[in-house]
Amino acid sequence: MAQGLKKTPLYELHRELGAKLTEFAGYEMPVQYAMGILGEHQHTRKKAGLFDVSHMGQVILRGRSYQETAYALERAIPMDVLSLDVGRQRYGFLTNDNGGILDDLMFSNRGDHIFVVLNAACKDSDIVHLRTLLEPDISIEEIENRALIALQGPASEAVLGEFNSQIAAMKFMDIETLSIAGAECWISRSGYTGEDGFEISIPSSAAELVTRSILSKEEVEFIGLGARDSLRLEAGLCLYGHDIDEATTPVDASLTWAIQKARRAHGERAGGFMGSEVISQQLEEGTDKKRVGFLPQTRAPMREGVEIFATETSEKVIGKITSGGFGPTVGYPIAMGYIASEFANSEDDLFGELRGKRVPVKVAKIPFVPLNFKR
Amino acid sequence: MKFTEEHEWLRTEGDIVVVGITEHASTQLGDVVFVELPEEGTTVSKDDEIVVIESVKAASDILAPLDGEIIEINEALSDEPSKVNEDPMGEAWFFKMKPSDPSQVEEYMTEDEYNKLIS
Repeated sequence: MAQGLKKTPLYELHRELGAKLTEFAGYEMPVQYAMGILGEHQHTRKKAGLFDVSHMGQVILRGRSYQETAYALERAIPMDVLSLDVGRQRYGFLTNDNGGILDDLMFSNRGDHIFVVLNAACKDSDIVHLRTLLEPDISIEEIENRALIALQGPASEAVLGEFNSQIAAMKFMDIETLSIAGAECWISRSGYTGEDGFEISIPSSAAELVTRSILSKEEVEFIGLGARDSLRLEAGLCLYGHDIDEATTPVDASLTWAIQKARRAHGERAGGFMGSEVISQQLEEGTDKKRVGFLPQTRAPMREGVEIFATETSEKVIGKITSGGFGPTVGYPIAMGYIASEFANSEDDLFGELRGKRVPVKVAKIPFVPLNFKR
Repeated sequence: MKFTEEHEWLRTEGDIVVVGITEHASTQLGDVVFVELPEEGTTVSKDDEIVVIESVKAASDILAPLDGEIIEINEALSDEPSKVNEDPMGEAWFFKMKPSDPSQVEEYMTEDEYNKLIS
């Protein structure tokens, strides 16, 4: 394994449990355990899977009040931060001057501050970007002494509820500070698999103990990044750097649901974020491409980079796969990517070029599996 | 049985050679979800890419180990690609070929030599 890779507080536990490790975003992370990617995927959908996501960035934004911090963050993201209630979390994304997406994230109202969770690969540049936009009025503190794990799947509530009786009362996107196995944890009812579940921020010193305690429950297995990828793909969720990046806008990416009314044209706090002119115009007029799901019509998976054509012989590329593989729950290959807007509702066979051959593929609705959130 | 550096096994049965991938290769690949085989009757040259195996992780190619003709393919793998993980050295053979120069088989590794390669 390459030198200089960072390790999470759970690294030794991964090794002890026989994880196959790989480099991801500068960290040495588990890609799978003995069960294998297919088995881990199925286990998460049927029972509960535990993921180490400590490589992700945890950041606290703090101004003189929540309101001041919310107003400031609204300069960086096109979300309604101000009206978010205490103890609630929202999905969002940082935009650039062209309306492109710098990163996607979760942010929550923690009373006197905003807690933000960022992608591992982007966190350093995100923090620089936030400092440029928000300092000195808002302090930006990267939390480097906490691990982050996610417990996902239908058994999650029962499992975590054994450690703290207040778990069951939480709804999707609630966030609270609760004690788990004696450690002060910041727990949100959220995740990135399409299943009900929790993300749990734990002081690093207690991370292994809390993780071992949860893993000791019969329903729980440790799950690697391999299954995390197939789970989020089935759930239709974007992977930053693949399905969204600086060159895609929220309108291209079919993420306009995450831009609340207050920030749109004629809203109470319309615009005022980076790239707002571009995004407002695109919200009115649409764009020339759109993120959609794809269903390959044979058993051959279509992976990232596969180009899409309108017919078996046409030369013009009309789309491209940005994430694709086999969906273990659905039992056939699935993909997502971009397609020229005029084909976004096509019900015809389109064609993906696979090893020089044109293979039929259809535009499909995402998610590919029902989302099992506890609303 | 003979073994290639590409982790294929070759078993000679009379004048035909049965080809599959090794246990080691199937473990490395992870869960196999798709196998694309050549057409029966195809004439192939050594090192032609003639099989595509897709695991949950990635796609890989299998090369023709010999010059010759593909005389039979294992159709069952199209419906049940997971057999490649369950029984790579037995039931999950990929294809049978009739080599144009059977002496090419002798160039490959013995089981001992292969085990050294992967250890």
